[in-house]
Amino acid sequence: MLKQIEGSAAVAEAVGLCRPEVICAYPISPQTHIVEALGRMVSAGKLSPCEFINVESEFAAMSVAIGASAAGARAYTATASQGLLFMAEAVYNAAGLGLPIVMTVANRAIGAPINIWNDHTDALSQRDCGWIQLFAEDNQEALDLHIQAFRLAEELSLPVMVCMDGFILTHAYERVDIPTQAQVDAFLPPYEPRQVLDPADPVSIGAMVGPEAFMEVRYLAHAKQRQALELIPAWADEFRRIFGRQSGGLTHAYRTSDADVVVVALGSVLGTIKDTVDEMRAGGMKIGALGITCFRPWPLAAVREALAGAKCVVVLEKSIAIGMGGIVANNVSASYAGRPDSVHTVIAGLGGRAITKKSLHRVFSQAMEGMLGPLTFMDLDHALVERVLAREREQRRSGPIAEGILRDLGVVGAKIG
Amino acid sequence: MFQVRIHGRGGQGVVTAAELLSVAAFREDRHAQAFPSFGSERTGAPVVAFCRIDDRPIRLREPILAPDALIIQDPTLLHQVDVFGGLVPDGYILINTSRTFEDLGLGDFVRDFSAAQLCTVPATEIAMKHVGRPLPNAALLGGFAALTGRTSLESVNSAIREKFPAKVAEANVLAAAAAFEYVAREKAEVAHA
Repeated sequence: MLKQIEGSAAVAEAVGLCRPEVICAYPISPQTHIVEALGRMVSAGKLSPCEFINVESEFAAMSVAIGASAAGARAYTATASQGLLFMAEAVYNAAGLGLPIVMTVANRAIGAPINIWNDHTDALSQRDCGWIQLFAEDNQEALDLHIQAFRLAEELSLPVMVCMDGFILTHAYERVDIPTQAQVDAFLPPYEPRQVLDPADPVSIGAMVGPEAFMEVRYLAHAKQRQALELIPAWADEFRRIFGRQSGGLTHAYRTSDADVVVVALGSVLGTIKDTVDEMRAGGMKIGALGITCFRPWPLAAVREALAGAKCVVVLEKSIAIGMGGIVANNVSASYAGRPDSVHTVIAGLGGRAITKKSLHRVFSQAMEGMLGPLTFMDLDHALVERVLAREREQRRSGPIAEGILRDLGVVGAKIG
Repeated sequence: MFQVRIHGRGGQGVVTAAELLSVAAFREDRHAQAFPSFGSERTGAPVVAFCRIDDRPIRLREPILAPDALIIQDPTLLHQVDVFGGLVPDGYILINTSRTFEDLGLGDFVRDFSAAQLCTVPATEIAMKHVGRPLPNAALLGGFAALTGRTSLESVNSAIREKFPAKVAEANVLAAAAAFEYVAREKAEVAHA
């Protein structure tokens, strides 16, 4: 059924249709609307049997999800930013124990300085924790990926993180097709756990493992993620058969077949990139885009194939490996069979900085002309940076950087972008 | 694509207005995308919300930098925020005030605009009369429908009824209708002038 609703409401409906049995969450922007909507569904008796557990922190949220999942319940939670960092130890445990929890990460920057706006540094900080990480391009895909995530998680007995851009998607009203319960039931079978805490058949979960077997447990986690590379495209096909639309999969290629320049990105910025690609194509430029839907496991072969014909690769990412450059770009470089100096990193949109078509045109045109450097900070205010550096040269007690920059900048309430 | 930017203050239903407009467009089988300028939800702080309407799916995610129409829910923002920034040359401007563009000191600014694209409507007064609270958003959407014809009053009403409980919805429907009439009358006067 087509509806014009907020992204968070769409995700809540999708999660509800997946018949979760335990939902636990601690509120943090921009994830809050999702769990609030689920809380209302539970209290109205629309989700039954399902227990909504209010917890005192994100660490508790993931710990409760671990306990619920180990007891055989289909468990869901959601978080963002500092919330994800606060639960990090339990996030690793969920993966290490092989518990199929599904979690929405409403992507948001990490402090300090505190910032509630969107970028991808929260999810990417957990890229090696053992969770599968899927990134949604729009709200329809965010909705659809949650349905696919439960199936994937439970089949592999691995947790899955569905990442959607905070505010840009979570708070956007757009048209989504809400599936029927029958469609979701046809795609997602009841949860049949591989391991369960059952008093009638007692086991322990979470044993200490020494040097004699730790490597093997870790290797199996890696092997399972490689298995996901086979299952994800197959299930995207099955999803299309049941739901009638293409959603999920490993990557989305857009006008790449004859492209000299291919732009690689994650999440909602792909929409703006595709519009820019169309405009540049209309001007005769051979440019395309590659969306990474599945970031973990990293779809090396799919990325390599999609980039095979590209002379130049631009990785536009809302994340930064401070002291190194791009996180996504590093993964892309490993998959690009061409010359390594043809992969260009563009850091953009950190902390919610708007990513505009105008700026994308400028950066992509530079790439077409061979004028783009290895690492670019798109729309960086160099003068502002220089003032801080000058202050630091001039005085030892130059003061806190963030507050100094805000003082230099003056009132920003009037800015629209 | 038709792009609308709505300026107001936290607590005036700016974000809701953009959402309602997107639902109204959806009711007319069009694609629409509404989103707020994030993070400034404090009561009284300047807030911006955006709505794009098109006949095909909307992929663009940048803020609306070159709006086709502006709805200004609070005229005190005129001196605080660059509300007109990027407005297309023949864009629509709808301001919630009982004063005229000339009274607001905007006479020079709008000199080159077609008079049929400009309107002021006392939406807060209309809301106080029908809704009993200073929430001008529904009234302004009625005015927007009359000014631009980009959505119908019926679709605005249907969006209002979807969003609010029956009693509140009907009060807002009355406010939207009153503002629609007001703007339609103003437009007719311009046409005859």
